[in-house]
Amino acid sequence: MGLLSKKDAKLITDPLADNNPITIQVLGICSALAITAELKASIVMAISVVFVLAIGNVVISLIRNIIPSKIRIIVQLIVVATLVIIVDQVLKAFAYELSKTLSVFVGLIITNCIIMGRFEAFALANGPWRSFLDGIGNSAGYGIILIIVGFFRELLGSGTLLGIKVLGDPIEKTGVYAYGYENNGFMLLAPMALITIGIIIWVQRSRNTALIEHN
Amino acid sequence: MEHIELFFKAIFIDNMVFATFLGMCSYLAVSKKVTTAVGLGAAVIFVMAITVPLNWLLDVYLLKDGALAWLGPEYAQYDLSFLSFIMFIATIATMVQLVEIIVEKFSPALYNSLGIFLPLIAVNCAILGGSLFMQSREIQTLGLAFNYGVSSGIGWFLAILAIAAIREKIRYSNVPPPLRGLGITFIITGLMAIGFMSFGGMLTGGDEKEVPAEQTAVVKQVEIKKDAIDLAKNETEITE
Repeated sequence: MGLLSKKDAKLITDPLADNNPITIQVLGICSALAITAELKASIVMAISVVFVLAIGNVVISLIRNIIPSKIRIIVQLIVVATLVIIVDQVLKAFAYELSKTLSVFVGLIITNCIIMGRFEAFALANGPWRSFLDGIGNSAGYGIILIIVGFFRELLGSGTLLGIKVLGDPIEKTGVYAYGYENNGFMLLAPMALITIGIIIWVQRSRNTALIEHN
Repeated sequence: MEHIELFFKAIFIDNMVFATFLGMCSYLAVSKKVTTAVGLGAAVIFVMAITVPLNWLLDVYLLKDGALAWLGPEYAQYDLSFLSFIMFIATIATMVQLVEIIVEKFSPALYNSLGIFLPLIAVNCAILGGSLFMQSREIQTLGLAFNYGVSSGIGWFLAILAIAAIREKIRYSNVPPPLRGLGITFIITGLMAIGFMSFGGMLTGGDEKEVPAEQTAVVKQVEIKKDAIDLAKNETEITE
């Protein structure tokens, strides 16, 4: 952190915990739930969002003074859509199976609220370097939650991590399966992602009581 | 018959919130009161009813592989589907803007009650998601596309109505402080999603589960592993 001033470093570290886009700002939930059944898909999605948000933030920040206010949303949407098309084509070319698993959710990065949210809240009012850092910070915060959820869902749901069987072989009954452990197939289904994130929120707010909502 | 089947499928089995988690951000943010939830839900149905058929027309006559054949046979080789994202989102943003202007002119009362929700809908992932699913599931006719748009919107409306009603009541319960607000909403939504999974056998009589394609790969994995384990069990029984 030697070359970043303290204020700039905060732009990266804040969204990782205290101002996390998913658990605190309530943005970017849709994709966090739908594609986290496999750790690999979560990692690829996180990297895609880092790419789109960081570069998008810089582009919007560079043109912020020439966008007329009335067509602001449309300009933002076009910038994001272009970046997402690039990501989608790269995925289809180099990782076709993965792009099938992610299916429409790559396209839905366009409407991922984190991206539009950060454009509006930050890139429209700040310079390109700080916008870049803010983009990296928020997408890293999003990525961390995605990876945690993907980790637990894949581990408990299919006993593998990134496709490698880490708990032993369920058919040969080696490792943990020899003691009668069974994979919890339910974790691979959608609703458990919601409950996992609920538990992450519970843990986070217990440790930092300032974040508790008051009715 | 196809229409009725699609209608019920889109509302209950492929529910936008509980099966595919689209529109979650506004779903979580706007569900504190039932009245605002109803307003947003109605606006979503309205916008989806307009944009899904429009995007269907765009897809069939402009974007699909070979779609441009109506211009002339030499154009049939073009596949513009990579432009889908930009075209769909541009249509949605434009339609929302247009709808806002029309509603403001013809029914100021409705415009005031919808308030800020109408422009917010343009970036609601449920709207874009509806169009993208319409494309990936290859809906065949304009009538079916309209049906799909309306019924997906109704499914979303039901979901946000339910969670808003529950959140209003749960204010009187003893939720642990760290879970209050956002955390308990996540868990309740998860439980509601589990409940909606029970609709899976609705149209096929329960013999064959109809699961959306996105989940099929995952569920198949689970089933293949279960079959393999059962096979192994049977083998050990025989040898013993």
